[in-house]
Amino acid sequence: MAIEQILVLAAFAFVLGILARGRGRVYWLLAASILLVFWMQSPLPLRGLDFFLPLFSIGLVVLSWALTATPETRRAPETRVSAALILLLILGIAATRYLPFDILPSRPPSIEQSLLPLAGFSLAAWILVRRKTAASPLLLWTGFGVLIAVFLVLKTPALSLAASRLWRLWRGQNPALAAATDIRWLGYSYLAFRLLHTIRDRQTRRLPDVTLGEYAVYALFFPAFTAGPIERIERFLRGLREPARTLEEGFLEGGERVAVGLFKKFVVADTLAMIALNPLSAGQVRAAGGAWILLYAYAFQIYFDFSGYTDIAIGLGEWMGIVLPENFKQPYRQPNLTLFWNNWHMTLTQWFRAYFFNPFARALRSHRKLPTWTMILLSQMATMLLIGAWHGMTGHFLLWGAWHGLGLFVQNRWSAWVKPRVANTSPRTARLLSLGGILLTFHFVALGWVWFALPAPEAWQFFLKLGGIRG
Amino acid sequence: MKISPARVVLKAILLFLLFDIAVAAIPPGKGCRISIYNHLVPGRERLPFGENPDVSYNLSLFDLDAMFAAHEIDSPKPPSEFRVILLGDSSIWGTLLRPEETLAARLNALNLRAPDGRALRFYNVGYPTISLTKDLLLLQEARRYSPDLILWFVTLEAFPNDKQYTPPLVSHNAARLRALSETCALEYDENDPALVHPDFWARTFLGRRRAWADWYRLQMYGILWGITGVDQMYPQTYEAAKTDFDADPSFHDLQPGDSLRDSLAWDALRAGFCLAGDTPMWLINEPILISDGENSDIRYDYFYPRWAYDSYRQRLAETSTQNGWVYADFWNLVPMDEFTNSAVHLTPKGETLLADAVKDFLFEHIGER
Repeated sequence: MAIEQILVLAAFAFVLGILARGRGRVYWLLAASILLVFWMQSPLPLRGLDFFLPLFSIGLVVLSWALTATPETRRAPETRVSAALILLLILGIAATRYLPFDILPSRPPSIEQSLLPLAGFSLAAWILVRRKTAASPLLLWTGFGVLIAVFLVLKTPALSLAASRLWRLWRGQNPALAAATDIRWLGYSYLAFRLLHTIRDRQTRRLPDVTLGEYAVYALFFPAFTAGPIERIERFLRGLREPARTLEEGFLEGGERVAVGLFKKFVVADTLAMIALNPLSAGQVRAAGGAWILLYAYAFQIYFDFSGYTDIAIGLGEWMGIVLPENFKQPYRQPNLTLFWNNWHMTLTQWFRAYFFNPFARALRSHRKLPTWTMILLSQMATMLLIGAWHGMTGHFLLWGAWHGLGLFVQNRWSAWVKPRVANTSPRTARLLSLGGILLTFHFVALGWVWFALPAPEAWQFFLKLGGIRG
Repeated sequence: MKISPARVVLKAILLFLLFDIAVAAIPPGKGCRISIYNHLVPGRERLPFGENPDVSYNLSLFDLDAMFAAHEIDSPKPPSEFRVILLGDSSIWGTLLRPEETLAARLNALNLRAPDGRALRFYNVGYPTISLTKDLLLLQEARRYSPDLILWFVTLEAFPNDKQYTPPLVSHNAARLRALSETCALEYDENDPALVHPDFWARTFLGRRRAWADWYRLQMYGILWGITGVDQMYPQTYEAAKTDFDADPSFHDLQPGDSLRDSLAWDALRAGFCLAGDTPMWLINEPILISDGENSDIRYDYFYPRWAYDSYRQRLAETSTQNGWVYADFWNLVPMDEFTNSAVHLTPKGETLLADAVKDFLFEHIGER
C-alpha cells in the first residue's frame, strides 16, 4: 500500500476512534470497513473485477456467518440492521458510477451488473439464515471447501490464468491477453483464513455466538485486512464489545506504533528494497560478497516491510480500541528455528499449528507403527509445505516450505541429542551457544529467502554465487 | 506524568516547521558532497543519469555536487597521473554502451603515457543531453579536479540558442549559470521561462524533498553499482538510427541560406575556453552518422541537413583558428553501420575507431612516449 492510502486509513481510524466508542460502535466500524475494502482494492485489467472482488469478499463473509451462526443469533434483530447496512452501502458504492468524479480506483459496473451477484449472495444468505437448525457438517465442509478452492485458484498460476481467460470471455475482453497475475484479490489470503478459522471452530463447537455485524467487522477489519495479523475471533470480540483502552491511551500508544510502523515500512524497508535480492540483481551480481549484501538486504527488507505493516495495523486498531495480536517478536534474534517460527508471522503459524499441525500430528500418532522421527519429519514437512503453498502454489514457494520443514526436523533432532549434553555448561558457554544459535538460525532463514525470492533455477545459480563458486 | 497527545503532536509540528524553514537558509545551487562513492563503493565511471533506476541502478538528478561526488574523478589525483577529462554529450557518456566500452574506457585501455612519463587517465564527464551550456556547468565542476587536459567533444545540435537551457540539469541550476555568466561573459537571460528559480518555499526542506530523495537514492543505487557494475539498461534490441529522411532541409528554425552566426551559441564556446583558464582544452567535432539512404543528398542524418552542417564545420574550424584553439574534426570518421540508436551514438567498434583517432590527435599535440 502507498503511504497516501495508509494516511487515509489512519484518518478513518482516528475519526472512528472518537465516534465508535459507545452505542453503534459495531455499525460504525462495519460501515468503514466495507467502504475501505472497496476503496483499497487496486484497479485490475479485468473489466469490473475490482468492484466484484470486494463484493465477493463481503458476500463470502456474510455466507460464512450464516453457516456458522446459531439459529438464535441468525434471528436476532441486529442481523436485519447489519444486513440492511451492508446492502445499502454496497448499493451506494455501486451508485457512485453516476457521480461526475471517481471515488473508487475505477468506476463500478452498471447497477444491473452489480445487482446480479448481490442478489445471488443475498438469496444464498437468506436460505441459510431462515433455517431453524445449525448448519450440518456437510454444509460446513462445503463452505470450507469453497474457500479453499478459491484460494487454490488464486494461488495456482495455471488456474489463475484460466480464471482470467474465462472472465475475459464473459466480459468481452481478449482472452489472449490474460495473465496469471490479473486476479489480485486484495486480502483474500487473510480473509479466507479468518473465515476458515470460524468454520472450523463451529465444527468443533468452540465458536462463540457472534452477530452478523461483529462477524463482518472481525473479518473485514480494515487495518488488518491486507496484511494481517490473523486474529482469533473470540479475542477480537473482547475489544470490539468493550474498547480495550481509553481514548487518550489508545491514541498515544497507537500513534507511537503507527509512527514506528511507518518508519519501518517507508524508510527502512523501502530503502532496503532498492538493493534487495531480486531475479534481475541475482543474475547481475559479480562476486560472493555482493551476493550476500543482496541477501541480507532482502532478509531485513521482508522483515521490516511486514512487521511495519503489522505495527501500523496494531496502532490503528488501538485508536479504535481494538488490540490486535503481535505478529513479529524479534524473529531474527532467536537461537533456533522453532523459536524463529514462534516469533515470525506468529498469527499465521499459530493458525497452522491449531488447524493443521496438531490434528495431523495426532493422526500420525494414532498409527503406532511409525517411528517418532518419521512422525516429526512428516508433520513438520507437511505444515511447512502448506505454509509455502499459502504464499503461492509454485515450485519456489514449495521449496522454501520444504527448506524450513527439513530445517525444523533437523533442529528438533539436534536439540533432542544435544540438550542432555549441554545441560550443565557454564553460563558463559551457554551464552556462546545461544549466540551461535542465533547466527546459525538467522543465516538458515536468510538462505531460505533465496527460494522465496527467486524462481528455482535462478535460486540454484544464486547459491553457487553465494558460495563463491560462480561469479 | 500524564502525557497529552495533542501537545506531543503540536510540539512535533512546531519543531518540524522550524527545521523546514532553517533549511531554506542554505543558498540555492549548493548541493550535497557527502557520498558513499569512492569510500564505501567504487566511484561511477560516468556521471549519474538514468530514467529507470530500478533496473539501471542509476538516476538523473540536478545536484551537480552530488553527481560529481559519485564519480570516480572525486578522488585524490596521484602524482603519476596525467588527468584528461572528456566533456560532451551522450555519445561521450556512452548510451547503450557498457562502462568498459565507452570512449574513456577505450582510451584508458590503450595505457597511454605523456612525454614526462605520467600515465594518461581519461575521465568520462559526458552527460546525455545536448547543450553547450550544460557542458559549461560540467566543466565548471570538473575543473575542481585538477585536469591536465580537457577534450571537449561538440556537435552542431549542441549549439542552437533555443537548446541551451532545455536540459533539466541546466534549467535547475540557474544560480550557477548566473555566476558563470558573470565570470565568463556568457549570454544569460534570467527571465528565460526554461530556467527554474526556486522561491522561498521551494528552498525549504519540504520544497527540496525531491533533491534529498535523489541524493539518497543515488547513494543506495551506489551499492548496486558496486556489486553489479551495471549503470544503465542494456536492451536486447533497439530502434536503429534513421537513415531515410523526408526531403526537409530545415535545421531548427533555419532554412538553407540562413546564417548560423546569430542562431548558435558561439558565446558558450568562448565561455568554455574562458572557464578552462590555464588548463589546455582541445575542441573535437564528434563523428556523426552520414547516411546513404533516402534524401541523404539533403540530410546527413536525422539531426543535420547538409547545408547547415557543412556551414557549421566551416565556421567551427575558422573560429578555432582565429582563437588559436587546438581543434580536430572527426565528423566522418565512423562508418554508418557503427552507430546505434542515434546519429551520434557509437557502437563499441565505433568507439574504438574514435579512440584510435583521439590517440593520434593527442600525440600529434603533446608528443608520444
